Parts: sequence; structure tokens; C-alpha cells
Amino acid sequence: MCYFAARSLGMSAIEVTVISGRSLSQARSRELGKFSEEYSRSVAVCELDPDDMKELGALDGENVRVKTRFGEVILRASVSRQAPHKRVAFIPYGAWASMLFGTATHTSGMPTLKGVKATVERAAEAKVANLHEITRMKAE
Amino acid sequence: MRTTPKTTLQDVLCTFCASGCDNLEITYEGRVIDSARNGCAISVSRFTTADRSRLLKPLVRKGGKLRPTTFARAIDRAARILNRAKYPLLYGWSQTSCEAISKGIELTELVGGLIDNTTTSCHGPTILGVQDAGEATCTLGEVRHSADLVVYWGCNPVHSHPRHTNRYTVFSEGRFRRTRKDRKLIVVDVRKTDTAKLADRFIQVEPNGDYELLTALRTAVNGEEIEQDTIAGVRVETVEEIAEMMMECEFGALFFGLGLTMTSGKHRNTEAALALVKDLNYVTKFVIVPMRGWFNVAGANEVSTWQTGYPYAVDLTQGYPKFNPGDTSAIDAMTRGEVDAALVVASDPVSHFPREAVKHLLKIPVIVLEPKRTPTSEAAEVVLPSAMLGVEAAGTIYRIDGVPLEAKKVIDPPLGVRSDVEILDAMIKRVKKLGARR
Repeated sequence: MCYFAARSLGMSAIEVTVISGRSLSQARSRELGKFSEEYSRSVAVCELDPDDMKELGALDGENVRVKTRFGEVILRASVSRQAPHKRVAFIPYGAWASMLFGTATHTSGMPTLKGVKATVERAAEAKVANLHEITRMKAE
Repeated sequence: MRTTPKTTLQDVLCTFCASGCDNLEITYEGRVIDSARNGCAISVSRFTTADRSRLLKPLVRKGGKLRPTTFARAIDRAARILNRAKYPLLYGWSQTSCEAISKGIELTELVGGLIDNTTTSCHGPTILGVQDAGEATCTLGEVRHSADLVVYWGCNPVHSHPRHTNRYTVFSEGRFRRTRKDRKLIVVDVRKTDTAKLADRFIQVEPNGDYELLTALRTAVNGEEIEQDTIAGVRVETVEEIAEMMMECEFGALFFGLGLTMTSGKHRNTEAALALVKDLNYVTKFVIVPMRGWFNVAGANEVSTWQTGYPYAVDLTQGYPKFNPGDTSAIDAMTRGEVDAALVVASDPVSHFPREAVKHLLKIPVIVLEPKRTPTSEAAEVVLPSAMLGVEAAGTIYRIDGVPLEAKKVIDPPLGVRSDVEILDAMIKRVKKLGARR
């Protein structure tokens, strides 16, 4: 489906599996400081398959709301350069991704930080929270 | 004006990921690092931006705000918090030296607490898998010289360990395997990652399908028939071809990442990978090595194991070590609301732990030892700025494959900033003086 058709049809949510992980830009910008703009630009991102972006009708760089049964967060959508990964959303490790995961460790000590079902919807008007705001949300 | 001459230090170890690249050339002038040659993009960023976002003075919370104080006062406050706590958690340890980790265990014993390292949210399930299935492994040097088949499963070293392929696998110049042509590369992942783009065979597995695929490979390797058309999104013919490639190689090396440990199945996934490699050793030579993340997360396991008998999640409240992940692990203990104080060394759980665990952490007094500002340091009761290991302080670390290496001190830390070892030593002395619980 072409991008403009999808946008005009208003297909504003898709079902995905979220995986979090290391990205080169996240690692580099971490060294500049977690409160740096470079860090939040690299980490508050949701990388989607190009076909999923088309289906969602989202522009590269447009904000999206990612929701799991554990929480939700606003992120900047980005067309993945490591595609295809249809219906898989990649979010770099960090404060934003951690809003989406539960604490069950299944007796391993390790929570499930990859492979969690989620929905992604367009949220162009919503704002990406900064690190201080994310900490406050976690405290609530 | 007096100027300091530029100095170049050779064979410097990078302290970011656990690949242990120890051939960096660092050029510096006074406290300013100009360049980090031979390093990856992350190394360059780590060394040349060491002064960005630094914590420079000890801080204690007073009237709801973090305020500068003296080192002695910050240590006193920290020691009192730990001494008063009934179930303190001492967490982090993967971005500091083995010497500091050893001090951390001593302190945990003194205050009667729980010590856990970042393995708990990284390769903890790998260790549980190894305890169940054993591990056929070797050093990275052996892989470099001998491996003609490399498998990266659930990891993306081009991003996470950028020089891994150049130093140890497909692009390295080994004694018996000299070029890329001498090796085959298989990548198994849910995305066509930048590592997958380098592969001879890329297998795109469905999310949470690793256990099924590993079991199918074991079935094929053992000569049994697979009674399905597709396994976790992969056609059976492909599974059989991959099994054949694995059996036909002379020396295979399987590197796996958090794609196995963080997904559904966790330690059962790693156990299946370890068992596959065990099966392969009946027909050829095959080894398995986890792609450990932080530069000394392997060291945290080594030190914890030789001092307490257990690699992570060690409860020392009863005066003897108890290891029971799911019970004595940091996230579980925090989620249950049992921890009543925390010491965080070189880690940022407020950022990385799931919301429910962080919710409790934000209610209790937290002491932070950290070189740079993080959300955890911002929420702390006491902040003790520390020197960056491998940049401003020397110490021992363990590489991915369990080889110990010496991290060098390149420049002096900022004025008044001490190493983790010095800070923990001062804390131990103060706890003892205040009358430790044990």
C-alpha cells in the first residue's frame, strides 16, 4: 500500500513484537552523558520495518505511542536500516524502552526485555518525555 | 604560557564492551585526550569525551536536594545508611575493576546484604544454562586462528562489539584462517541486522522462536527426522542445510547474545544452544562463547564465584552465601519491596530496570558511585564521584572468554575524584568503625 493511501485511510495502529537492544549510536552518545541531547535522540527511538511504517502511515521522525500490557511511552519513529523485520519494533536499551517491560523473571533474575507484544500508533502531537520526566513516571 | 607535551600511550585496553581490545593508542596532553587510534567509534567517544557530564564533588541529599559535601561526610552518611538497613542491595559492578568488586563483597558481608551484578539482566540465564548443560568453550585467540565457521546467534556485534569480527572472527588474520574467504558466517536473528548483512547465510527466526529452532537443529545434527515444514519461521530444508554446514566445518564457533537470554525461554534457550554445541562435538570441533556486554561483567562473575561460590545474586544476610535467582536477584528483590537501601556502583538501574522495580528503588535511600550523571545519581541520597576505569584508574578486568587483562590509567582523574577501590575501602573502614552488624 502506498504511503499516502495508508495515511489517508487512517491506519493508525499496528501490532508488533518489541525487542530492545544495543545500538552503535546509543553506545556512543551514552559516553557524552545520559542527559545530553545526542543520547535522547539516539535512544528515544522506535525503529520500524519500512513496510510497517507505510502501513502505519507514519513519517520518518514522527512520534508514535508504543503500548504493552506493562506500560506505554512516546518515541520517535524511525525507518529501520536493519530490515526486513516485519512486525518487529526495535528500541535501544534505555529509560524509554524500560517503560514497556514487566518484572517477571521466571526464576532467572532476568526480566523479558525482548519479544514483548505491543501496539504502535501514530501520536504526532504527543511529546517525547525527557529523562527527568521518565524517572517521575516510574516513581508514580 | 607553559604547555604540557603530547604523550602517546600504546597498548591501552578499551573499557567499554567485553571484547577486550588492548591495542589502542591514546594521545593526550595533560588531562585532555586528543585521540584513540585503533579504537571503534564507541572507544573514541569513551576516551575523547571522558570529561563530559562528570560528577565532580561528593553530594548528599539535604532538604530534598543534592548538595556538595566533603568526602568524609558523604562516606559517613553512606556507611550509616548501609549499617541501618536490614536488607541492603549492593548492585552494579560490571564497569569497575575486579579489585573493587572484591571490596564490594567484603562490604556486603559486613553489612549483611544482597550483592548482585548486571549479569542478572544480561547473561544470568547463560550461567544457569551452563550450570545445567556444561560449556564447550575456548579463548578468542583459538577462534581467530582456527575457526572456519562462525555463528552469531541473537547478537549484533557490528553495533554492540564493533571490533569483534575484525579481531577474532571472519575479518581477522589468524594462523590457519587468514582471510574472509577461509571462513563461513551464519547469522541467526529476528532482524536483518548490520551483522546479518555480512553473513553467508542469514536465518531470520521468529521472535521467541529460538528454542524451537535450536531444538530442530539438534534433531537434524542427531540424524533424526523433523516432522514439520517450518520451525519458528524457518523452512526445514534450511534447518537441515545449516545443520550440515555446522557438522562439515573443521572448527565452529557459536557466539550468542541477549537474543537468547532476554526472550521467552531464557535459560532454557541458552541450555539448548549449549547442548547443540555439545552434540556437534561428536562429529566435529565446536565451541560456544557468550557475547558478554560490559567490559568487566565476566570479572564480576569470576570474583563473586571465587569469593562466595556463586556468580551473581548472592544473599549474604544470613552470614553464609545463598544463591537463588528469582529470589535473591536484584529485580525480584526490588519488585517485592524487600530491599531497604541500595549501593549502586557504576550502573544505572533507574534507567534500565522495569518500572515496577524502579518504583521501589526510588523510595529507598540509594548511594551511587559513578563517574557521570545518570538518572540513578540524580535520585540518590549520596553520590560519590569515581574515576573512570581504564581511563583514570588502573585495574583488572575479564574479557568475554574469561581472559584477565590489565586496564591502564591514562590520565589523572579530576581533582578530588577517587577510584572505586579507594571509595569502597573508605566505606568499609567507616562501617567497621560505626560497628558493623557482622
